[in-house]
Amino acid sequence: MNEAGYNYRVVRGFAFSALFWLVIGLVVGLWIAFEMFNPALNLTPWLSFGRLRVVHTNGLGLGFGLAAIFSTSYYILQRLTRTPLLFPRLAQAHLYLFNTAIALAAISLFAGMNTTREYGELEWPLDIVVVIFWVMFAVNVFGTLIKRQEKQMYISLWYIISMTVAIAILYIVNNLEIPINLFKSYTLYSGANDANVEWWYAHNIVGFIFTVPILAMFYYFLPKSTGLPIYSHRLSIVSFWALNFAYLWTGAHHLMLTPLPEWIQTVAMAFSIFLIAPSWGSVVNGYYTLQGNWDQMRTNYLTKFFIAGITFYGLQTLQGPLQGLRTLNAFFHYTDWVVGHVHMGTMGWVTMVISASFYYMIPRITNRELYSVKLANTHFWLILVGQFTWTITMWIAGIQQGAMWKATNPDGSLMYNFLDTVTSLYPYYKLRFVAGVIYFIGILVFAWNLIMTVRKQPNQSEA
Amino acid sequence: MGITSKPVVFAVLAAVVILIGTTVTVFIPLFMPSTQPVSPYIKPYTAVEQEGRDIYMREGCNNCHTQTVRPLRTEVLRYGEYSKPEEFAYDRPFLWGSRRTGPDLNRVGGKYPDSWHYKHTAHPQSMFEKSNMPPYGWLAKNRLDTGYSFKKTSTLGYGYSESEVQQQIAQYRATVTSASYPSKESRDQVTPPELQNELTEMDALIAYLQKLGRDVKNMEAAR
Repeated sequence: MNEAGYNYRVVRGFAFSALFWLVIGLVVGLWIAFEMFNPALNLTPWLSFGRLRVVHTNGLGLGFGLAAIFSTSYYILQRLTRTPLLFPRLAQAHLYLFNTAIALAAISLFAGMNTTREYGELEWPLDIVVVIFWVMFAVNVFGTLIKRQEKQMYISLWYIISMTVAIAILYIVNNLEIPINLFKSYTLYSGANDANVEWWYAHNIVGFIFTVPILAMFYYFLPKSTGLPIYSHRLSIVSFWALNFAYLWTGAHHLMLTPLPEWIQTVAMAFSIFLIAPSWGSVVNGYYTLQGNWDQMRTNYLTKFFIAGITFYGLQTLQGPLQGLRTLNAFFHYTDWVVGHVHMGTMGWVTMVISASFYYMIPRITNRELYSVKLANTHFWLILVGQFTWTITMWIAGIQQGAMWKATNPDGSLMYNFLDTVTSLYPYYKLRFVAGVIYFIGILVFAWNLIMTVRKQPNQSEA
Repeated sequence: MGITSKPVVFAVLAAVVILIGTTVTVFIPLFMPSTQPVSPYIKPYTAVEQEGRDIYMREGCNNCHTQTVRPLRTEVLRYGEYSKPEEFAYDRPFLWGSRRTGPDLNRVGGKYPDSWHYKHTAHPQSMFEKSNMPPYGWLAKNRLDTGYSFKKTSTLGYGYSESEVQQQIAQYRATVTSASYPSKESRDQVTPPELQNELTEMDALIAYLQKLGRDVKNMEAAR
């Protein structure tokens, strides 16, 4: 037991669940990356690309992403409120239900039970389970907040609150569906409306899983790891409310030049540009926090994870609004450019920040020293090189395919048939696979480092 | 700031802030008929086409194929007339997709004969050596389950009676199993003998693919 009776068991449980789903999700990712240039790996229906891609996105978004968020949220919540979790047994049940749900989700997607609505592919019985475990989480968040010992709520708690509220709204509205049987349902919405609801969901579920709670981690663990207070509290307030307000308007930038009414597309485009401001509010806040202490990039192994992470967040939030502009979108949309964009966010920003948060948190909750800082540095460089190679390769592939789709002969006819534009990408797909392997090795080092940490003897208690 | 010491008020305020953009860009358009117009030219899917659509979804075809042609010159050249909102009135869910690893399919209906699709779906590499499309030959080895067809079409509001659904299924089965079916040879090549007189999942998938964009092409022909 620790000093204040904080529940660290569930924090640890979710952290290692996150690592488990991360490794599974990446193995699937490598498998489909190989299928992209060699279809021989489509060995069975269960291993065909169309089914596996969904296992990859859900496994990493819901499995890895959510587990890491639950882990760090339960930790941050208790520390910042100076209050143990109000319902520790509910949190433990949350952990078991979550992992059962993700395992069933993976199996059902392998089996082709797929609503096809991106990042919301689970069929209705699992949707209900997701809502149940979300409510279990929310009850503990708000219960503990209400019973808290610390009067003021720090920035990270704001982000946890808005995530808790937003994901509930997004998930329920998007997944309203009429069951046909236990394994099949149809959405309530049709055609253009369905597209609009779905991309409002898909854009924001990414925002409220891969941005908002990651910012909660960033605002908590950066000052903790560096010993430096956040540069500007006021800037963080403005960034927080502006981000939460503007995010929800922008989903339709995924639907540029589709049959969705043009005004919705244009509004989305305008708000996407606006979003640069609050996103960079956090970037600037992160950088300025380090002012005068940039030597920590060398001396403190955690600092470089956070600063590299926030840098990728900054690049991501510039690139996103730009590729949402109708003219640029006409070129980039449907190509691998967008695939590269997403993976800079997930492999760069998200994983970097989660990695450092775990490195800070796990030794403290288990009362042990980190197994190896050297391995943590190896992990950093492997995932950095892997991610950069991965995303740059995909950007180039995207530009090439976009240009080939548009290319015309002097007489106005198309220069390339579709297959030419696909096969010309195979060299990039091979390089992408290699980059993925490098990244994956980095993640294995990460997992190994944490496993060895908890297997060490605990520190002699000073008390 | 007083609000940062009041978690419930904070949560309510966050919800309100989140719901403003949601209401304007998502909830209100749901109730505007102009978002999803309907046209008498666009017909709902038959029971068999709907079963094919469900197989398309089950296999995640939408992960590699889009179904919306944008109003861009080279896109119209490549695929055909750009997509209109009316076409999607019966699409639950929409299948516009987000990545074109393979070509767009919104105008694929009628572009190739059924025989082309039987060969290509079963062995894409036999037609395009370097294609990275997974082979789907096993779809022809699965008997089509039509147990829920009526429930599906009535849930989707297509307005068919139960006997109409049975008739659509029997009719399509008669078409593809007939000795005079123009694509008989290709179908028999990929379909195991015991299923050659039955409807398979591949039959339904191809029926669906042939429906894509067909109503628009008919509408243009009628002009």
